[in-house]
Amino acid sequence: MKLLFDLVSRLGQPVTNTLIKLGFAARFQLAILRHSATALLRPQLTLREIWFAGVLSVLIIVVSGLFVGMVLALQGYDTLQRFGAASSLGILVALSLVRELGPVVAGLLFASRAGSAITAEIGLMKATEQLAAMEMMAVNPIARVVAPKFWGGVISMPLLAAMFSAMGIFGGYLIGVQLLGLDEGSFWSQMQGAVDFRLDVMNGVIKSLFFGFAVSLIAVFEGYDAPPTAEGISTATTRTVVTSALVILALDFILTAFMFRGV
Amino acid sequence: MPLIEFENVSFAYDDTPILRDVSLQIEAGQLVAIMGGSGSGKTTLLKLIGGQLRAQHGRVLVDGIEVSRLNEGELYQLRRKLGMLFQFGALFTDLSVFDNVAFPLRERTQLPESMIRDLVLMKLQAVGLRGTADWMPQALSGGMARRVALARAIALDPQVMLYDEPFTGLDPISLATVGQLIRELNDALGTASIVVTHDVAESLAIVDYVYFLDQGQLVAQGTPAAVRTSTHPFVQQFINAQPDGPLPFHKPAPPYAQALGVQA
Ligand SMILES: Nc1ncnc2c1ncn2[C@@H]1O[C@H](COP(=O)(O)OP(=O)(O)OP(=O)(O)O)[C@@H](O)[C@H]1O
Ligand SMILES: [Mg+2]
Repeated sequence: MKLLFDLVSRLGQPVTNTLIKLGFAARFQLAILRHSATALLRPQLTLREIWFAGVLSVLIIVVSGLFVGMVLALQGYDTLQRFGAASSLGILVALSLVRELGPVVAGLLFASRAGSAITAEIGLMKATEQLAAMEMMAVNPIARVVAPKFWGGVISMPLLAAMFSAMGIFGGYLIGVQLLGLDEGSFWSQMQGAVDFRLDVMNGVIKSLFFGFAVSLIAVFEGYDAPPTAEGISTATTRTVVTSALVILALDFILTAFMFRGV
Repeated sequence: MPLIEFENVSFAYDDTPILRDVSLQIEAGQLVAIMGGSGSGKTTLLKLIGGQLRAQHGRVLVDGIEVSRLNEGELYQLRRKLGMLFQFGALFTDLSVFDNVAFPLRERTQLPESMIRDLVLMKLQAVGLRGTADWMPQALSGGMARRVALARAIALDPQVMLYDEPFTGLDPISLATVGQLIRELNDALGTASIVVTHDVAESLAIVDYVYFLDQGQLVAQGTPAAVRTSTHPFVQQFINAQPDGPLPFHKPAPPYAQALGVQA
């Protein structure tokens, strides 16, 4: 009996902690939204964050997108040609990227490249009392620091996902048409015919918006919540990447279930 | 009416009491020093004034307003009257020295950039660091960073100035200059200022009144003249820097021999 009790309470502890943290995160999100108007009225603050979170992530996104697209084409060609459908390679590459791989892989890369940097920066500003100093100057750090970083991430994410998909499709073209000798005209026209703007492209964009929201919130929250020590910041940074990855994959499942059910 | 008033204020982190039953009053135009050993609660006292911490008992009043009762918006309103020099400077590491000092001016006023430039250069000139305007904070030495932080804290000429150890890490020349600057600012603007410090000589030379804090309690107070001639054992020990007296050098701990594992 006591053993059972111990087990339950040991399980209960992390659950309660997680719930408490979720509550804090929700309140934090509300605070960010409340202060967003002030932040967005000064677009140069958010632009700066788009530069750090978005523009500086472009290289890794472009290179990864190219490789993912090329691998997709190689693998897809191998499978499709068994059914004599190699000419549909363009459809396979484009749909995989636009619906799934673009938003998901770009989201994962964004979390590790930009999310971790956001957490570390906010955590360090807290540890060195920069946020406290700002508060004492009657400047709210949520409006001045957190909200611009949050919106910078939200805005960057769909653009990065689109870039990832575009590069991936280009990689598929390089392999399919240039290397494996598929007909260029049918590669593109089949792709155009099969990819639906609303169903495929827009749903991909919506996914990447959700991921952008989730990763940006996790990143700023973990930074703001980090214990003001070296160890606290390193743990928080790791948590940003791990939590973001899990949340992206779980969200992707839920969104996919809603979007493509019975299609 | 005093600008800053503590009425029987007590504060504890979790269960560790830090401040006990502290009462004090500071008028406009008054420059007050708070002295006490390391860990006696001086920084905590300043944080109560800025509303970064809230007193559990008693009242902290700034300009007649009770700090711990304010909601977030009101607290930010109150902080517009305050300037604080942080113990470790707390400069924004992603902004240059110039932009650090300009920060409160840009965030809180609508002044044109040309006027902000003049004001920033004046403040930097006052702390002797106009030559470092384009530097990044990482390039500054500890004492220089403290002086830049001082320039930033006074940028908006606040009604209440809180200095957390403004003299630490300064060479004798900057120390005297900064001491004078604090006094002049106080007199020119009619500020109420609190200087938290260990520097007995410098602070006795510039302040109007001294409070001694020991383990969270005010144990003695008086004007510099009274303090110099005081026979209070704590004050004696503190201003004469004697290792023995009521103020222990060691934090309470188990016996030394036992901790080292030797038989006494
Ligand atoms: N966040 C915290 N959590 C728990 N205890 C704390 C915290 N911050 C400070 N303390 C404790 O409160 C006491 C007073 O700290 P405070 O920073 O006010 O001291 P101080 O007088 O400014 O010392 P110093 O001259 O060394 O700066 C110390 O014993 C310290 O250990
Ligand atoms: Mg201190």
